[in-house]
Amino acid sequence: MNDPAISIQDLHVSYFGNEAVTGVSLSVNTGNLVGIIGPNGAGKSTFLKAMLNLIPKDKGAVKVMGKPITEVRKSIAYVPQRNDIDWDFPITVLDAVLIGTYPHLKLFRRPKKKDKEWAMECLQRVGMQEFSKRQIGELSGGQQQRVFLARALAQKADLFFLDEPFVGVDVSSEETIVNILKELCRQGKTVIVVHHDLSKANDYFNQLILLNKELISFGTVEEVFKPDVITKAYQGQFAFMNEIGVTL
Amino acid sequence: MMAFIEAVMQYGFLQKALLTSVMVGIICGVIGCFIILRGMALMGDAISHAVLPGVAISYMLGVNFFFGAVISGVITAIAIGFVSQNSRIKHDTSIGIMFTAAFASGIIIITMLKSSTDLYHILFGNVLAVRSSDMWITLGISLIVLGAVYLFYKELLVTSFDPTMGAAYGLPVRFIHYFLMTLLTMVTVASLQTVGIVLVVAMLITPAASAYLLTERLWMMIFLASGIGVISSITGLYFSFTYNLASGATIVISSTAIFILVFLFSPKHGLIWKTLKVKKKRASLV
Repeated sequence: MNDPAISIQDLHVSYFGNEAVTGVSLSVNTGNLVGIIGPNGAGKSTFLKAMLNLIPKDKGAVKVMGKPITEVRKSIAYVPQRNDIDWDFPITVLDAVLIGTYPHLKLFRRPKKKDKEWAMECLQRVGMQEFSKRQIGELSGGQQQRVFLARALAQKADLFFLDEPFVGVDVSSEETIVNILKELCRQGKTVIVVHHDLSKANDYFNQLILLNKELISFGTVEEVFKPDVITKAYQGQFAFMNEIGVTL
Repeated sequence: MMAFIEAVMQYGFLQKALLTSVMVGIICGVIGCFIILRGMALMGDAISHAVLPGVAISYMLGVNFFFGAVISGVITAIAIGFVSQNSRIKHDTSIGIMFTAAFASGIIIITMLKSSTDLYHILFGNVLAVRSSDMWITLGISLIVLGAVYLFYKELLVTSFDPTMGAAYGLPVRFIHYFLMTLLTMVTVASLQTVGIVLVVAMLITPAASAYLLTERLWMMIFLASGIGVISSITGLYFSFTYNLASGATIVISSTAIFILVFLFSPKHGLIWKTLKVKKKRASLV
């Protein structure tokens, strides 16, 4: 249990030779709720996907609980960006959550009654049980995100990775999701979230990874949320302010 | 209609034609569902054309065309993936380049063999000339395809719906893609005799698209697509036999007719029902 939940050594990712993430090293201990923040195009989602070995990396090693990721995939739940999903897919809410039980089912096995009950329980936790028979496209953005969180819960994972879970999500859904994520951390799970909105980052997370292609800062919210640190990451975006005479 | 049923009872060739086209209707419906849900309709068209050089070379070497077709289909699928992943060429462009190249090579090989009647039958199908051996190949392919979809339903569902999640929990997503392409090639081969290379894509897409407008559950969509495929096959065969028309064309037109009906009258997604609902809503606001 002393191994960190995830440790990253000198991670480099590029697209056709264009650097997207360069030389990131850090390690996150279990039980933390970590936000990955940074300006647009900072490589936040790329970083997340490279960590999970979903896209090829140029260099670097990632260990999850002290092991290579290929050995512990079943203890990881990943929630994709909402616009990566085809919401017209012929699938009901309950069946979408039921997919969360697949990683633990053997080849050729179908989900049984107890898997369905478990999926229903997960739906209940996100407050979506009465929508179980709806087609997923009939839900609002916030409800869709809650359903995907329920699917992640159904995976009984130790690590949760969420890519921009609060985009296009209503306030009450956002609150429900944050509360569940905090609860997961209290249970000793580790949650890593790509997040775009600086304003709420300090309420939601206890650690932050500030990224702009390279690692700008990593630490507790208090350590990262300092004007000079934030400015360093967002410099490019604030250039126009300098031009009109504003200095940060 | 009675004449057709009597003829089916009487003639062996018609029985073979009927059985073969029913099987083709089923497997095209099943694989077609995954093809359209993965947004690969164009890929279906491409692979079906790409089997031509394989079929031609098999004829030349005197081996069963099944093997050649599967090999050339899969090689084309890999080439399409390779070009789009390793350059700025988009996927649909890559498909356009590769399948026409394969198709053209096939035409050249067949022309060299000086067998234009065979070419005509391969391109447009001739279900009434189905031999027993073809029927058994179709049966074999059907069993493989249905068995594979039944056994790997979970994996096919996840990788169609959310491939990133599938990859995140360790599914070999790319391998599953090529596995599906292999099944697609086999279905195409089975369909050669009934609808021919040029129109296979219609049997893959049209029944599945009709089913897509009728249900919100994947397994139901698969059953409906197969059912619609079977009805199209039988109706098409009837018209082909009765009015002496090309079987591939009549089968495809039957499935198009079903699609139009569904498009208009589907309870949830049909055009007419939707329009009525909008009208009712607007009237209630007056």
